Amino acid sequence: MNNASPFLETETASRVTVTFAGAPLDLPLGANLAAALLTAGVGAFRQTPVSGAPRGPFCMMGACFDCLVEIDGVARQACMTEVTAGLQIDRPHEGDHDAG
Amino acid sequence: MTRVDLAIIGAGPAGMAAAALAARQGLRVTLLDEQPRAGGQIYRDVDRAAALRGDLLGPDYTHGATLTAALKHSGVDHVSGAVVWAIEEGFALSYTKDGRGAQVMADRVLLATGAIERPMPLPGWTLPGVMTAGAGQILLKQSGVLARRAVLVGTGPLLYLTAAQMLRAGTPPLALVETATRSDLLGAMRHLGGALRGWRYLLKGLGLLAELKRGGVKRHVGATGLAIEGLARAEALSFSAGGKSHRIACDTVYLHHGVVPNVQAARSLGIAHDWNAAQACFLPRLDIWGQSDVPGIYVAGDSAGIGGAKVAEEAGRLAALHVAQAAGRITQTELDRQAAPLRATLARERAVRPFLDRAYPPCPEALAPADATLICRCEEVTAGDIRNYASLGCVGPNQAKAFGRAGMGPCQGRYCGLTVTALLAEANGQTPDATGYYRVRAPLKPVTLGELAQMDQTAQDAAE
Repeated sequence: MNNASPFLETETASRVTVTFAGAPLDLPLGANLAAALLTAGVGAFRQTPVSGAPRGPFCMMGACFDCLVEIDGVARQACMTEVTAGLQIDRPHEGDHDAG
Repeated sequence: MTRVDLAIIGAGPAGMAAAALAARQGLRVTLLDEQPRAGGQIYRDVDRAAALRGDLLGPDYTHGATLTAALKHSGVDHVSGAVVWAIEEGFALSYTKDGRGAQVMADRVLLATGAIERPMPLPGWTLPGVMTAGAGQILLKQSGVLARRAVLVGTGPLLYLTAAQMLRAGTPPLALVETATRSDLLGAMRHLGGALRGWRYLLKGLGLLAELKRGGVKRHVGATGLAIEGLARAEALSFSAGGKSHRIACDTVYLHHGVVPNVQAARSLGIAHDWNAAQACFLPRLDIWGQSDVPGIYVAGDSAGIGGAKVAEEAGRLAALHVAQAAGRITQTELDRQAAPLRATLARERAVRPFLDRAYPPCPEALAPADATLICRCEEVTAGDIRNYASLGCVGPNQAKAFGRAGMGPCQGRYCGLTVTALLAEANGQTPDATGYYRVRAPLKPVTLGELAQMDQTAQDAAE
């Protein structure tokens, strides 16, 4: 359990290691990736391409696209993805916003 | 390529009930759903979660297990994890599953795409840590995840239910901040009439409020001047209520002021929609069976107009019965005979809507946001930008796209469409119907070249 996280986890599941923005994280196998990242204390999943503002999960049902992450170079909705071992997750558009 | 009698999009209450009934009438059904397991959002992951936390989520939730059980029929091909991105004439439904494109052909299509949260643009609503109350429900149902320090903001019975579940789970919300006023509730009472169902809803709501009070959850009503503060993430909610200014430090803000139909698929087919003033949203124009003005395309459940899970279930069955009759499986007499009890239940369940719509009106300052508030989350367009476009001659949402990219980001207008229509209608002194809505085109969800390439292979394999 991550006490620094704003979210409390009530289930226990076997854990697998993934990386988020290069840092290793142990997440529950088969869990909803967005829920698992939130519980692990990840707040900002990405920055917007327009202003670089931080964004995290908003709708949890595949409609808002605010939880977009990059997995193996492909933009994916974290809330529509299940945790599997070895996922390499990055923030999309890192550093290529207009900033203006 | 597979050809079926009926393709259904969405495995929520409407889609599941329709699939089971259609299969029992001998129809071949394909049920396409984005989620890994059936249930929709209201019964999300019910087969797994009912056993783990059914007590917490309550019998209204665990009821969904009866619908998932009925799906286990040889006539139903339930394709989970299927993201539909195009519906074309004939009808051809294109979708991706596990990174591969695929297609199914169907004589008739039922759109059971459910609802999305009504957009609630407030200052700071795009900060990480701000989510919809529905998202909070999904976190709890599917993942057993609870927010430790949350404030619930907005209006509607879902906020009471969410708060009560959080309380029962040992993580009560820091506060329940309602934008509806006591006079909204009193004014709604006269809509209850003799509808017993309505009184039951009212009592259920009062029961939840009593539970929250006993649990010490602080409640504010008639809140105005709402703003979420924070730089990199939500840190506090500020507002005025009861003649005082308040600021509540928190990590999570759950927003909710009702849900609206998810119209993306219906819009992409060119189905006629009309503005519904009571629900403050557009609804697809349907006949009494749920069939649209595009023959062979049906819409049922919350995507046809907000009625809740029980209405969705019976409306799904009604559409499935009509499909069975149109496909020659049952006679007109049999159709009418089987439809009668469904219609009776629908009438009973719908009787409560006028009360709910009146008691929990959408938050006014989120319907007409301040100029500086972002209304298009994807392209970061403000309410003031839209008003400015109107002053430059912009009359409709599709024109607004050209002015400033509102609605052109990855969510394709799902969370700004109604706001853009409302802002332009207000600024131009037009009705929402005259102002219109975004033209929605395929792909309904992003599809990669790799997925398309895989689909060609599938189609070739099928042809060989």
